[in-house]
Amino acid sequence: MSLTRTSNDPRTLLGNFFTVLAGALVTISIIPLLAVLSYVLIKGASRLNLDLLTQLPPPPMVPGGGIANAMVGTLVMVGLATLISVPIGIAAAVFLAEFSTPHTASWIRFSTNVLNGVPSIILGVFAYAALVVTTKTFSAYAGAAALSILMLPIIIRTTDEALQIVPQEIRWASVGVGASKYQTVLQVVLPAALPTILTGTTLAIARASGETAPLIFTALFTQFWPNSLSQPTPSLAVLVYNFATVPFKNQQELAWAASLVLVFLVLTTSVVSRWFLRRKTF
Amino acid sequence: MTLQLTEQQPIVRARTSFEKNLDLFFIGLTRICAFSIAGVLVFIAIQVFIQSIPAIQTFGLGFIFQQEWDPVKERYGVLPMIYGTLATSFIGLLLAVPTGIGTAIFLSENFLPIPVRTVLVFLIELLAAIPSVVYGLWGIYVLIPLINPLGHWLHTNFGWIPFFSTDAAGPGLMPAGIVVTIMILPTITAISRDSLASLPPELRQASIGLGGTRWETIFRVLLPAAFSGIVGAIMLGLGRAMGETMAVTMLIGNSNKIGASLFAPGNTIASLLANQFAEASGLQVSALMYAGFILFIITLAVNAIAQRIVLRVQKI
Repeated sequence: MSLTRTSNDPRTLLGNFFTVLAGALVTISIIPLLAVLSYVLIKGASRLNLDLLTQLPPPPMVPGGGIANAMVGTLVMVGLATLISVPIGIAAAVFLAEFSTPHTASWIRFSTNVLNGVPSIILGVFAYAALVVTTKTFSAYAGAAALSILMLPIIIRTTDEALQIVPQEIRWASVGVGASKYQTVLQVVLPAALPTILTGTTLAIARASGETAPLIFTALFTQFWPNSLSQPTPSLAVLVYNFATVPFKNQQELAWAASLVLVFLVLTTSVVSRWFLRRKTF
Repeated sequence: MTLQLTEQQPIVRARTSFEKNLDLFFIGLTRICAFSIAGVLVFIAIQVFIQSIPAIQTFGLGFIFQQEWDPVKERYGVLPMIYGTLATSFIGLLLAVPTGIGTAIFLSENFLPIPVRTVLVFLIELLAAIPSVVYGLWGIYVLIPLINPLGHWLHTNFGWIPFFSTDAAGPGLMPAGIVVTIMILPTITAISRDSLASLPPELRQASIGLGGTRWETIFRVLLPAAFSGIVGAIMLGLGRAMGETMAVTMLIGNSNKIGASLFAPGNTIASLLANQFAEASGLQVSALMYAGFILFIITLAVNAIAQRIVLRVQKI
């Protein structure tokens, strides 16, 4: 029996076949990304102008117009959701990484992961049941509440991981010079983990900005400027959904343009956060 | 030189009771926030359940087996939506599992230099970052026109097979399934890749040392060793597929019928909710809540099992 393997050995050929197959599968996985990105860029770019960012969406059959009110609405609701979820999320992660017993921590991490897997439409259903039914109106509050639950698990997970990476010696040093627990956490540990926490928050914001399902029946939509938090509020994502299915060319173009804005937002935050995470503090 | 330490102000002092309480308060606050996560899960379940009580009382468990969804006659059943949810998830898994695992293998073994691999892994992660509604828009204007001729060809030549028994006329189970595939692919790839990459290098060395080729090592050693992680990845993908809403709603056609044909329109629980909630009233709201509750419980179970499997794998 020979120990050398020739290039036309069936085992070598089979191996080569699988290598080519796996390479083809990788290519197949990448194609949708490139296809979606290129179409969004081509179709959306034609409407990228100042009107898009300053005008209201036009009624059917009227040319021109923009998506300004939806941008404001998304900004307001995602901002509100960030204000709710960031303090709670960071505090929860501090408890997990600093104060909890391993048993409790594993249960709460488990719940966090399960919450992360709850379909976003269910968060909308929940916000509808908890806020729309009780206040009898679609509102920015209800939309923001649904988005904040969506953001929570992302913020908790990244903060938790960031805190665990902070070396134990830093905490010991802090306690050694007389700091109490909250001083150690607030003035030493959290600042050390800040870059990663900011990254996680950015990713959560990007994710929430593109979410439609939690908003379509909590914040609903309006063609006008949102002027109160307790009224139906437009958003970019719902605009894309509403305008994608209407038979008017102008609206469809606006849907592509709004998609381009959303995709641009998501891509830049992903790339920037990647680059940010590379430069490790420790 | 002598050191004078007497009569100086003490540099160390005991903590005042206020400071001690502040510490306890701080810990308590973080504890409340942490437990509120589990609380939110329970709260979601209770809220949705309470709202669905009228529908549960009216229809009972028959809701799951009833085919009609008629707001005018106030008769509601979700069997077609359950069928559509399972069908799109199944198409999604059928396409995404081989593609995802193949990609995971290619990107966890040393086929490519590490910088190239990093870029490819990042690109696949980006697939998950693109908003669902954008996939829906892309699906309507690019994917459906692309696969319609194929559906038409399959119908004319293989129409006797139930899967192709209707002509492709636009939205349907197939386009929805393909978009679900794209959306769960990153989940399956990432977690399968993690579980392959975390295998001890000794496994590879031993297998290669015994004379196994690279692919024999992959098929006979690495894949069996990473099996439970890959199962966890598939379960997570399934959970995601069943809950996927916007893209599916825009592509599935929203017709409450059960049919074997892949190119016929259908409906899923998630897209039923997305379509009807905003304009629903009375018992219809309750019936939708009931449907949402069913979806919540199913995805919760799938996710909990998947998390258990993935956690166990990560501990090894």
